[in-house]
Amino acid sequence: MSGIVVIGTGPAGHRLVTRLRRHDGTAAVRVIGAERRPAYNRVLLTDVLAGRLRPGQLELPAHDGGVRVHQGVTALGIDRRGRLVHTDDGRAHGYDRLVLATGARPVLPVLRGLLRPDGGMAEGAAAVRTLADAARLPGEGPAVVLGGGVLGVETALALRRSGRDVVLVHRNRRLMNRQLDDRSADLLAGQMRSEGVVVECGRRVRAFAPGRVLLDDGRTVPCAALLVCAGVRPVTGLARTAGLAVRRGVVVDGLLRTSDPRIHAIGDCAEYDGTVAGRVTAAWDQADTLAALLTGGTGHYRGTPPATRLRGPRPELAVIGRPDASGAETVLLSDSERYARLVLDAGGRLLGGILFGLPEAAAAAGQHYAHGLPLPPARLAFLLGTRPVRTAPARPADDLVVCHCNIVTRGQLAAAWRSGSTSAAQLVAATRATTGCGGCLAEITEFSRELAGDGAA
Amino acid sequence: MSPSSPPGGPLPAVHTHCPYCALQCGTILSERDGAVTVEPSDFPVNQGALCRKGWTAPALLDAPDRLRHPLVRRADGVLRPASWDEALDTVTDRVRALQAVHGRDAVAVFGGGGLTNEKAYLLGKFARVAVGTSLIDYNGRFCMSAAAVAGTAAFGTDRGLPFPVTDLGGAQAVLLAGANIAETMPPLLRHLDRAELIVVDPRRSRTADRAKLHLSPRPGTDLALALGLLHAAVTEGLCDDSYIAERTGGFDAAWRHAAAWWPERAEEVSGVPARLQREAVRILARARHAYVLTGRGAEQHSKGADTVAAYINLALALGLPGRAGSGYGCLTGQGNGQGGREHGQKADQLPGYRRIDDPDARAHVAAVWGVDPRSLPGPGRPAVELLQSLGTGQGPRGLLVFGSNPAVSAPHSALVGERLAAADLLVVADFVPSETTHLADVVLPVAQWAEEEGTMTNLEGRLLRRRALRPPPPGVRTDLEVLRDLAVRLGQPPGRFPVEPREVFDELGRASRGGPADYSGISHRRLDAQETLHWPCPTDEHPGTPRLFLHRFAHPDGRARFAPVEHRDAAESPSARYPLIATTGRTLAHYQSGAQTRRVPELNAGVPEPVLEIHPDTAARARLADGMLARISSARGSAVARVRTVDSLRADTVFLPFHFPGAYRANLITNPATDPRSGMPEFKVAAVRVEPATGWT
Repeated sequence: MSGIVVIGTGPAGHRLVTRLRRHDGTAAVRVIGAERRPAYNRVLLTDVLAGRLRPGQLELPAHDGGVRVHQGVTALGIDRRGRLVHTDDGRAHGYDRLVLATGARPVLPVLRGLLRPDGGMAEGAAAVRTLADAARLPGEGPAVVLGGGVLGVETALALRRSGRDVVLVHRNRRLMNRQLDDRSADLLAGQMRSEGVVVECGRRVRAFAPGRVLLDDGRTVPCAALLVCAGVRPVTGLARTAGLAVRRGVVVDGLLRTSDPRIHAIGDCAEYDGTVAGRVTAAWDQADTLAALLTGGTGHYRGTPPATRLRGPRPELAVIGRPDASGAETVLLSDSERYARLVLDAGGRLLGGILFGLPEAAAAAGQHYAHGLPLPPARLAFLLGTRPVRTAPARPADDLVVCHCNIVTRGQLAAAWRSGSTSAAQLVAATRATTGCGGCLAEITEFSRELAGDGAA
Repeated sequence: MSPSSPPGGPLPAVHTHCPYCALQCGTILSERDGAVTVEPSDFPVNQGALCRKGWTAPALLDAPDRLRHPLVRRADGVLRPASWDEALDTVTDRVRALQAVHGRDAVAVFGGGGLTNEKAYLLGKFARVAVGTSLIDYNGRFCMSAAAVAGTAAFGTDRGLPFPVTDLGGAQAVLLAGANIAETMPPLLRHLDRAELIVVDPRRSRTADRAKLHLSPRPGTDLALALGLLHAAVTEGLCDDSYIAERTGGFDAAWRHAAAWWPERAEEVSGVPARLQREAVRILARARHAYVLTGRGAEQHSKGADTVAAYINLALALGLPGRAGSGYGCLTGQGNGQGGREHGQKADQLPGYRRIDDPDARAHVAAVWGVDPRSLPGPGRPAVELLQSLGTGQGPRGLLVFGSNPAVSAPHSALVGERLAAADLLVVADFVPSETTHLADVVLPVAQWAEEEGTMTNLEGRLLRRRALRPPPPGVRTDLEVLRDLAVRLGQPPGRFPVEPREVFDELGRASRGGPADYSGISHRRLDAQETLHWPCPTDEHPGTPRLFLHRFAHPDGRARFAPVEHRDAAESPSARYPLIATTGRTLAHYQSGAQTRRVPELNAGVPEPVLEIHPDTAARARLADGMLARISSARGSAVARVRTVDSLRADTVFLPFHFPGAYRANLITNPATDPRSGMPEFKVAAVRVEPATGWT
């Protein structure tokens, strides 16, 4: 039997299979996944660590009956000439098209006590990549998060919000140093500290022992759980052994083809245009494009614009595009709790930006960037999420509509008053003001008081 | 007695209801020297209030161009007056001729959500029995279909509001998804003045202006937003877990889709800040009584049913539906949008909200009608497909239209106009000329609201009596008479098509008996005795059902169903050629295609032409300024409207009202893509560009 074989049940592989079946309900699809559990959404792993979600709630929707899923099976090798995938259960799976969605594996820093002699991680330590990792970690006691990138920051905040003592150790002096500049990194560290996370930047962990870690400045920090968030490396072994072109990831073109046109790669294992995106949105885009291509449709992957939006209620932090790009205009806003740095091209379109503590602008900037819209000329109002102050042409007060349901103006009310309707009730009877939604009742009452005052004066 | 009363007693006055929207505000009509005046009544829905349309409705009765005699298109191509016999014979001769050559489905019927229950019911019977066609649908497809599908799937039955409007007054929080009630049904706001409002609308509408929170999604992304709200409810621990366990099913499957929509991702797609999403859910969750209500903004999409389902999922997760003082509801639009969808105008339904493919339903209704169940046609085609296939060889060749103006109200109007013009036979029954009667081969003048008796079912499922203040003008017949006259000419026994509304209603009751919308215990007599009756009401002694689902939902297991729904893009996305998104909707002064309200001088003087709402920056880039005429173009065509810049509007979105004819028709640009589940067209998202309308002043 041949057809499409997908290796990997992560977000990329799952999305691809879902879309393949949606586009073509007869597509023969087989999935090979090394994890023993059904596909799940690893993006939400921090919610499991924080006790906000149960592990079962991460499960992705099951595929329909037309998809054969081989769970807990590891692909051992690809026979490109025979178009076969050999798996550790002794089987061989023929394919017309093969898709590698093998993902990435956590990078483990060289650190005394982290690994057991057999190569596994020591008790009390785990990466934050799989549900198995989450299950290994003690559910209480002080936690140390190693690595201050996006995952480390989200993990530290989530654990702290679940009530645990958390120390975040990051070797760069800036948190999220690949995304942030000095000011935004400072604000982020400040926000984390205000929530009770101990932030140790420019520090390394020297050693891990049950119950504690040793920092490079000689201090010892209590640690029931060590969470390693030190980045990931694409899983490329299969591709490499099969002789496919591999640099950091498996090299693919705009049709998401590897150097063998019958083999594709998507998600965290794939390298397009010199980059491994390593973001779930890129994995989804690639899956969508490839699903269309494999079912007779058209499409071309052209990269996924980088965007990082920290998950969770606080802080409001968005990094869009390339904030370090040089542009025609730079917009800066900075005070004790907010920061924005936007780089624009000559047409006012966003090339990149960092927004901290500006929830409205973070949302709006994301939309303007995604859809290539020029920013409004009123930059400050845009950043603050307010409407610009415009000097509207002065309208005669008489033309102001008081009751919108019945279009009654101040002028008409005044005229009715002069004609003898000299109370709120009589104004209502004469003009029908207030008789629709009733929202202008207070205004009419106030206005009739005003008019009565004028009469008395 | 007041000094102004005429000698001999008080003015003749009748208690009836406004002719327009689904609120059906109570009114008292009186006539003096031929002039009709209106006063609001203290009916609970409007409590003495009326909007401008209601106050000016009497002007409709004396519209100067009222249709007063039948018209038949002559050999010279001109519509000219004809006698009733001639007009009716023309219709039935041509119906028979078309059917003799092309079969029963050569002729289709198109109804409206403004028709009384009696007319809607008899129209469905007329189509299936007298014409014998499977092809009947109605303009409610453009209005209620998405919510009806989602509501039926979730609760087992669909009643716009499964609770009385007055219950809303006790809520602390109400989420309005795509409902601009300050413009569309102003008196309803009186019931919401104590609640914290959360308004979801791409525009900062007058309703949004009164909201505690305004969530402004990019048009076409409401579903992503609703998934984000559900995600927040789960991860913030705000769900009503015991309610979910005891009264619902399917939560896990629905969550598996919402799981991928954490608020920051929903923000990326919809543009609604994650913080506002969490705040919205908190407001709803901490209220003791709360409601989620949807309107056309959420529903008129090629994924309308799924979007409504996503909002129902949110309401279910928070434990709102079927609890006294809380719930989910859809704000029905047209005057009888509720009753109109229950009695057989829909392509796939029989009276009582039954399915036409259900053998028991067919047997029951056929017995009431005195026909063989096997003679009843099967399901027909939904409105957009029906209109687009008209006169093409794959579709019907003739169309009989009652109470609708599809030349203006259907999406992609230019094509619809072509199809209507291409039909071998177009018959339109209406009381004023419309853009559709202009295309007709035969026009039949019929009675209007204050000239006829009948019943309407308002947005809360309450049966109301519409009453006649005066008889129709000479030369005008009621729709029921027209249906009888046509049916008899098509060989039906006259007794099968009664013309007395009371008699039709009683038959409707029998036909609905045992169905989801059971009217069999309701009668004109009980309504005239001032009883408050919401359906279902299965017996003469039954008090009606103001609140559905309090003890169980209408599925066999009594549980509500979560729906596993996933976001998808609108059928059309902006491009370099069409970089903006146009969305359409209503303005307070007008109703639907405007055929009625544009004839009311006070309304038309206030709003005589469509206004294009556009952000000032977007306008400036398009070289447009306030007061200029703009041309709005999509892949389907162009419409013209007067520019009004609006600071609060999203810069990527323009808004256009749909009440105007000719070159001003918003539906010239709308996308006829439809929702696969409901047939609802995508009125709310079209990719467009705007530019000055050269040649227009």
